[in-house]
Amino acid sequence: MTWNELQPLLWPACWDTVYMVLWSSVIAVLVGLPVGVLLVLTDRGGLLGNAAVNKVLGAVVNVGRSLPFIILMVALIPFTQFVIGTSIGSEAAVVPLAIGAIPFFARLVETAVREVDHGLVEAVQAMGGGTWTVVRKVLLPESLPSLVSGLTTTAVALVGYSAMAGAIGAGGLGDLAIRYGYQRFETNVMLYTLVVLVALVTAIQLLGDLTARGLAHRGRSQATPRLRLLRPKAPTAGTAS
Amino acid sequence: MPYASVIPVAYSTVTETPVITTTGLRKVYHSRDRESVALDGVDLHVREGEVFGVVGRSGAGKSTLIRCVNLLERPTSGTVEVAGTDLTALAGRSRRANPALRAARSRIGMVFQHFNLLASRTVQDNVELPLEILGVSGRERSRKARELLDLVGLADKAKAYPAQLSGGQKQRVGIARALAGDPKVLLSDEATSALDPETTRSILRLLRDLNEQLGLTVLLITHEMDVVKAVCDSAALMRAGRIVESGTVAELLGTPGSELADELFPVGGEPSRPGRTVVDLTFHGEVATQPVISQLARTYNIDISILGAAIETVGGRQIGRMRVELPGAFEENVVPIGFLREKGLRVDVADLATPDAGTPDTEPPAAEPDVDAALVEEAAK
Ligand SMILES: Nc1ncnc2c1ncn2[C@@H]1O[C@H](COP(=O)(O)OP(=O)(O)OP(=O)(O)O)[C@@H](O)[C@H]1O
Ligand SMILES: [Mg+2]
Repeated sequence: MTWNELQPLLWPACWDTVYMVLWSSVIAVLVGLPVGVLLVLTDRGGLLGNAAVNKVLGAVVNVGRSLPFIILMVALIPFTQFVIGTSIGSEAAVVPLAIGAIPFFARLVETAVREVDHGLVEAVQAMGGGTWTVVRKVLLPESLPSLVSGLTTTAVALVGYSAMAGAIGAGGLGDLAIRYGYQRFETNVMLYTLVVLVALVTAIQLLGDLTARGLAHRGRSQATPRLRLLRPKAPTAGTAS
Repeated sequence: MPYASVIPVAYSTVTETPVITTTGLRKVYHSRDRESVALDGVDLHVREGEVFGVVGRSGAGKSTLIRCVNLLERPTSGTVEVAGTDLTALAGRSRRANPALRAARSRIGMVFQHFNLLASRTVQDNVELPLEILGVSGRERSRKARELLDLVGLADKAKAYPAQLSGGQKQRVGIARALAGDPKVLLSDEATSALDPETTRSILRLLRDLNEQLGLTVLLITHEMDVVKAVCDSAALMRAGRIVESGTVAELLGTPGSELADELFPVGGEPSRPGRTVVDLTFHGEVATQPVISQLARTYNIDISILGAAIETVGGRQIGRMRVELPGAFEENVVPIGFLREKGLRVDVADLATPDAGTPDTEPPAAEPDVDAALVEEAAK
């Protein structure tokens, strides 16, 4: 297949992937952010310390995290059918993608929020701030760079999952690669799709890193921002492996 | 000694109105099977307009105490009253802070050892934070924040981020922020412990200025005696969750066997040989400027050795302690000691474990301070 023949297939597929990743990310943030914050608040010694809520929430998140996406997707078909009206296509794929991403992002939020210095929370409490004030004025703004990094990680993971969603007819780059590249042995289609996927992931990562860096930079004069979530083990100076 | 006499002349703003009162404050931490008593019945009285210092070893319960004052830490039992409001009653049983307690907290300023400024906000926005919580309008907020930054001498740093400031500047922002709610009371937990001596001095001066200009009552925790010396009107010593000594600096100096006085104005020195009388003299105000010792030497024609001495300016007044040695046993020195007392000095016959216990004449007087010391020790337990 020539480049000219490929184009009308490639760009809609690319758009489908972007569509799925974008919407499932949005939903993951809308639901995962409060869940992640709640995981911290309800923990023992937290502002809303509530063991029961914390246990239940933690268990739900863990179950969601441990289900293989492909299983989740199939298991959710009736639910997707109910919500969207169909279980086929990019729109329908957003449902399992979002539900898979919520617990993933919630854990990243939890980690980011836990990193906030407890002294800041106390300072705001001493000023007469309540729990909501603490969340809004301290926990979220102070962890924002880490939250952005977490969102980047989630979006990159979603690009991968969206390829799997192709298997149930969701469209997108993964679908293209499987149908043409794998099933019809069109090696160059596979190659082009891969290039576009890599470009997409790189673009997301770069955008996320730059945003996180910019946000972290506000507070730090020259030190490098903490992008722990992207590079979990920053090589420490002088450590030869 | 480095921070002493930082403040040139202090005119006292202290009134007799109590501003912070705790009664029978207890705090017990439960950890799995063990429980540790951080506060064991603390009665604290801080008067309006004074700078009150709490000192004590690490783990004595100082931080727990100050955190109980604004109920960041809920006391196990006992009451806390700030500016006439019983906060413990206000807070009720619930673990979360109710609106009434939050409103009361907004009128109590607090500064922290590690500043606790939000890295994501500029200096100005950090100072505006308590005003945002109070629901003050945007325009009024920035006016007030600028005014406060001016007060702490950081008007030019309004747009900077905390990470771009030095430790001393950060603490000034912390102080400006603490003052945003127009508090009557400022709580400070080791506010200068992370700062170098020079910066400590300037922060202490700022606190003293605020105390004098705004009539602000300051309760500060410190482990440095020099901080007490430099700014405190009153002080308390904590040990194992209890206040073992408390009072104005002058009162403490006038208390026989006061540990705080000893720590504030240490005088050393051992007697040169047995059969001599060692006395500790404490003087404040007028007497400090009179040549009492040379008068004594001339009047009774005796040789006086000075073993150790410390003279300081505390809150604008001269206070000193001196350990001197008089020739002869105690009995022979009754008259000179009477002379010193008449001059307005406090005289304590030092209780030294001198090896002359075998001499029967020196036994009774030596026993007396011994009993005193034992009583003080008893009270400390
Ligand atoms: N959250 C806590 N849980 C359990 N024990 C605690 C807690 N906070 C304090 N304690 C205990 O209470 C005691 C008093 O602690 P506190 O922090 O008040 O001491 P401090 O006088 O401020 O000491 P430092 O000078 O080191 O700051 C200590 O024995 C400490 O171990
Ligand atoms: Mg402490």
